[in-house]
Amino acid sequence: MLINVPETVVADALRGMAAAHPELAVDIENRVIVRRDAPVAGKVALVSGGGSGHEPLHGGFVGPGMLDGACPGEVFTSPVPDQMVRAAAAVDSGEGVLLVVKNYTGDVLNFDMAVELAEDEGVRLGKVLVDDDVAVTDSLYTAGRRGTGATLFVEKIAGAAAEERAPLERVEAIGRQVNGSSRSFGVALSACSTPAKGGPTFDLPPGELELGVGIHGEPGRERRPMMTSREIADFAVEAVLEDLRPSGPVIALVNGMGATPLLELYGFNAEVQRVLAERDVAVARTLVGNYVTSLDMAGVSVTLCEVDEELLRLWDAPVRTPALRWGL
Amino acid sequence: MLDAEFFRRWLAAVAALVDREADRLTELDSAIGDADHGSNLRRGFTAVGAALEKEPPATPGAVLMLAGRQLVSTVGGASGPLYGTLLRRTGKALGDDAEVTPAQLAQALRAGVAAVAQLGGAKAGDKTMLDALEPAVAALGDRTESFAAARVAAEQGALATVPLLARKGRASYLGERSIGHQDPGATSSALLVAALAETAEAAA
Repeated sequence: MLINVPETVVADALRGMAAAHPELAVDIENRVIVRRDAPVAGKVALVSGGGSGHEPLHGGFVGPGMLDGACPGEVFTSPVPDQMVRAAAAVDSGEGVLLVVKNYTGDVLNFDMAVELAEDEGVRLGKVLVDDDVAVTDSLYTAGRRGTGATLFVEKIAGAAAEERAPLERVEAIGRQVNGSSRSFGVALSACSTPAKGGPTFDLPPGELELGVGIHGEPGRERRPMMTSREIADFAVEAVLEDLRPSGPVIALVNGMGATPLLELYGFNAEVQRVLAERDVAVARTLVGNYVTSLDMAGVSVTLCEVDEELLRLWDAPVRTPALRWGL
Repeated sequence: MLDAEFFRRWLAAVAALVDREADRLTELDSAIGDADHGSNLRRGFTAVGAALEKEPPATPGAVLMLAGRQLVSTVGGASGPLYGTLLRRTGKALGDDAEVTPAQLAQALRAGVAAVAQLGGAKAGDKTMLDALEPAVAALGDRTESFAAARVAAEQGALATVPLLARKGRASYLGERSIGHQDPGATSSALLVAALAETAEAAA
């Protein structure tokens, strides 16, 4: 691994981010990343956060048109309430703060504690819980669907609404609409290695793949011998469409897990588009790249978000962040 | 009677045990979680030790509440809020007394464990911390000697998670593949109870 010691991995990355992105204010000690121009007058602020290891999520999405602040936790560990409260207080212009939270036990518990503390400080808060991963089928007997690729859609589209000065209730409603209209399915071709462990965190032999993997290497629906890109696309898109059944156009995210080359991701996207065409699903926009990663895992996820004219307009609205930028 | 010093020693003993067992906790977490339980708890209990040394609280309740707050602020993940709540609610239940009886501690710990169950939404048999904590607090009685029985009950409870199917937290995504592995949270909970028994034995 390209690290010094496991204990400083997150702080080292934040120092590097601060150096590369002077447009961000990075508080390395307290682990909070905010827009340098925050709080932006008259604007609802968006704050997200989660364990590190999913870069560019979330810090790479801080900037005009998307997040106002992000709090990175330890690798695969949710941030602590103190970070979230600090980030919310730093970006609140008085119009309120929308928290974007991925549905994991730790994230939910820490954000709930943060909500109590921040409200004590007079910050008005809204919350969108992202839970788009259709691989989790038995939500009654698990922690529920996981938040994965749809997080990017929620942060971009709700962020655009906030940039247009929509009030907190509206920004929150749009965020929830995006989550409710999005579904994801991921596949791992290799396990990921955390710095703390120093090696793979689960056992996935070469020549096998995990269908329905989560972004921390959580297992999915089944393990199978290696499949072709075409076969994986059939399986993944089918799994998403079993649940989403869009009647209108979708935005498609073909997301690399961290160690799969863009060459392969684009080839996979061709297969995804083929399946969608076969199923008469119109694709309004497509994004291909590494956005919601899982350290050095090889693999891919597909997220589809059904959009109306308003959501598509907000998706197309200008954004300027380290990892996503257009129109500005 | 148990004074603030007893509680500081207990938490120092937890820190030492967690430090010693960190690799094992991470290994267990690697099987059904994400391989960081040991390092996360080590960071938390190290911070607890530093905070207690900086400004030693005068009462048992205040020691546990400060420790709980430190865990919430430093651990993250699910274990930060859950262990933080366990200690804070136990401390709160102890009130302002400068010294407490073993019976008071037993009752306060029951309140703390109930708060963990409420926060996490888990129950006994879900393959969580509660599978060690609930039998432990059930074994606690009016005398410090009962702490040893609680230790055994917690260790047995942790071992008994091996054949269970995880219903909560990240391990729940494994479904049937979670069977056959000992729960890391139940294991660290047993360390907390073991440290209590050790501290009582050392004081006796």
